[in-house]
Amino acid sequence: MSDLILDIQNITKSFPRVIANNKVTFGIKKNSVHAILGENGAGKSTFVKILYGLLEPDEGSIKYNDKFFNVNSPAEARKNGIGMVFQHFSLFESLSVRENLILGIDETMSYSNLEKKLENISSKYNLPLDLDAPITSLSAGEKQRVEIVRILLQDPQILIMDEPTSVLTPQEVESLFVTLNALVKEGRTILYITHKLEEVISICDTVTIMRNGEVIDTSSTSNFTAKSLATKMLGQKLDDLKTSYDHIKDEYNFEVNNISCKFNDPFLTDLKNISFKVRVGEIYGIAGVAGNGQSELMDILTGENVNITSGEIIFNKINIQSLGPQKRRDLSISFVPENRLGHSAVPELSLSENILLSQFPKNNFLKNGIILKNNIDDYANNVIKDFNVITPGNDAKASSLSGGNLQKYVIGREISSNPKMLIISHPTWGIDAGAEHSIRESLIALSQNGTSIIVISQDLDELIEITHKISVIYNGKLSNPFKTNEVEIEKIGLLMGGKDE
Amino acid sequence: MSNFLPTIVSRSQSSNIMNFFVPIIAIVLTLITGSIIFLLLGFDPLYALYTFFISPISSSYGISELLVKATPLALIAIGLAFCFKNNIYNIGAEGQLTMGAIFGGGIGILFHDTNTFWLLPLMIIAGAIGGALWGLIPALLKTKFNTNEILTSLMLVYVALFILDFLVVGPWKDPHGFSFPKSRAFSDSGRMPLLFDGLRVHFGLIITLFLIFISWFVFSKTMLGFQLKVSGFSPKAARYAGFNQTTLIFLAFGICGAFAGIAGLSEVSGPIGLLYRDISPNYGFTAIIVAFLGRLHPLGIIFASLIIALTYLGAEDAQLFLQIPSAVGFIFQGLVLFYLLGAELLINYKLSFKRT
Repeated sequence: MSDLILDIQNITKSFPRVIANNKVTFGIKKNSVHAILGENGAGKSTFVKILYGLLEPDEGSIKYNDKFFNVNSPAEARKNGIGMVFQHFSLFESLSVRENLILGIDETMSYSNLEKKLENISSKYNLPLDLDAPITSLSAGEKQRVEIVRILLQDPQILIMDEPTSVLTPQEVESLFVTLNALVKEGRTILYITHKLEEVISICDTVTIMRNGEVIDTSSTSNFTAKSLATKMLGQKLDDLKTSYDHIKDEYNFEVNNISCKFNDPFLTDLKNISFKVRVGEIYGIAGVAGNGQSELMDILTGENVNITSGEIIFNKINIQSLGPQKRRDLSISFVPENRLGHSAVPELSLSENILLSQFPKNNFLKNGIILKNNIDDYANNVIKDFNVITPGNDAKASSLSGGNLQKYVIGREISSNPKMLIISHPTWGIDAGAEHSIRESLIALSQNGTSIIVISQDLDELIEITHKISVIYNGKLSNPFKTNEVEIEKIGLLMGGKDE
Repeated sequence: MSNFLPTIVSRSQSSNIMNFFVPIIAIVLTLITGSIIFLLLGFDPLYALYTFFISPISSSYGISELLVKATPLALIAIGLAFCFKNNIYNIGAEGQLTMGAIFGGGIGILFHDTNTFWLLPLMIIAGAIGGALWGLIPALLKTKFNTNEILTSLMLVYVALFILDFLVVGPWKDPHGFSFPKSRAFSDSGRMPLLFDGLRVHFGLIITLFLIFISWFVFSKTMLGFQLKVSGFSPKAARYAGFNQTTLIFLAFGICGAFAGIAGLSEVSGPIGLLYRDISPNYGFTAIIVAFLGRLHPLGIIFASLIIALTYLGAEDAQLFLQIPSAVGFIFQGLVLFYLLGAELLINYKLSFKRT
């Protein structure tokens, strides 16, 4: 038994409507990288929160180095040698790296002592840091480095990493893996939470697969391929998606010419001279690490922001730059912004009512300003049926749907009106793999029917899978486009990190 | 480690049934607290509550008085619902009411010796315009200069009251009024017709019910009602949908102001019959309680207006029969609002004495 650093027995945690962890049982070997793999909602986060003292389990026990272990707060967990790097960074944006580090540690420490320790950590684990830089000026990868160093200052035995690569460029991922390997070599244990299969295969020794709150399997990663992991994780097989270039017409119907926008706001990214063109039936991907101007660009593409400094947007030879969202819909352009709850859908309203947020000329939803309830109900029912939305009915509140189902519903609402143009941001952000697959499938099908699509996404795998062309946004500038089936991932990765061609 | 102060934790699901019962719970708690207050004052609580809540409406005269008081409250509250649904906090209905009374009453004074069928409709329209114009000022300030409508609409109440004050002691003072601060009386055709002989309940009640019905229709069946609702729930979704926020703000303030203006006009052309200083016992402010007590729903607002109107009548009876200052009515209004907000909080959140 002594080679297990953590022995988890029958951990159960239920919330009012779901059992998030159901008799979770597995062991983590000392000095290994142990993956917990599962879709969103599989119960990974709940388990980790229990381990880190953020949640209390209803039942079950954890043995840590053969002793029963029960912590009530993250501070206590850290005292016991368990550290965690969260997916969303908890750093003070306006303070410097040094200030963030000293604020983050539980015991008092002098600056000189801190710097001595830092130097040691930085060189040993490949974690270079500029102590005087303010956090705002750092890239996502550098911010994560600060988080890791902050945890390492407390010399943890177990390091929990929650979806650490979700905001990193491919190169930053490489460098993170070097760090993780160095940490393990030293005798530490890493608990690696992810839903990315390739990462499990390439860096982890053992994997625990979770689905619907239960442990499906715990075994050495050498027993798996990415495919067999996926089948286990999902409980079903998914077909490969295929994009083809054959249906794309040699005719551009959407052009963005030299869009620039200055915001005078430190929390927004100015857009600089953005130009691109989309062909009829083409899926155009815009890659990039979060916070490089994606949401600012999206607001301009949807017409929610029409106050740009310069530039024009041409759709079917019409300059639409000054038109608001409804006027653009009248031209058959439809939008799906990143945020479902409160942006593309109103959580407090029913699914039927949510139909009315996005109306196209041929929709027959209104007569003299009076809502035709039967028509929106019919439309909602069709979307629910065609896009396999799981819901008790069209009168269910949007907030009662899972992320994946609501996203299918919102995208279904837009696609069902057969738009000529679809502009969509992060189509599969935070949803389960089943819904993700069906959304990507429907986007590809839509493009084959002659709809041009712009996809803004941080998920590079997604863009590689479904787009025909891809370009990268970095610090408000857009790169040249590349044909997705020809470009090397490394090149996109460099561009995402701000390295020019 | 123990923690003595409870924390407020969101309930994962708020019960719809409990949501429905919030106003009822609030009223029951108000009655209980009221009994305790009466007990501490040395009265038999049952007798005091009877005097306060039952005896005022135990005659047809009492019921008529109840409706007279409930009419402006319900009309203003339904107008406020247009604002509150859109998350616009118009606190200035009292000023819009006053301005409606000034505009409509001004017509009444101008034609004080004319008896003709069009006088009252003209006064009503003028009242609506006056209230709407007064309501559009904070809307303009909010959309142009991003000012907080709570402050501007509230301050405009006092401006309106001073204008009324100025008019009734100055230019509009009744020349035969022995220098009392009041205007001439309106002509008979400038008065709201009475619905029953000998009772004060007047045609304003019919107008109010009609406008409440129209509002219900707008809220539940029209795109305008939908737009107000969406802007209130999530402004970002409204922007995504392409709703014009500026238009919605102007509409909400305009409609609310017009309703309050009509309420003011029906007060002065109904029970009062002329203009003077104290035309409204704070109907414009009390209607805020009515709107929330009625959960911004037309039917709810009708019931809430009756209950709050009763506190006005009860306070008068309490003063007469128990020799308690009539301000006790405000205590009851305050209690209802307090318990309403409290119950609403506890339906969506719970107190937790355990650390999460």
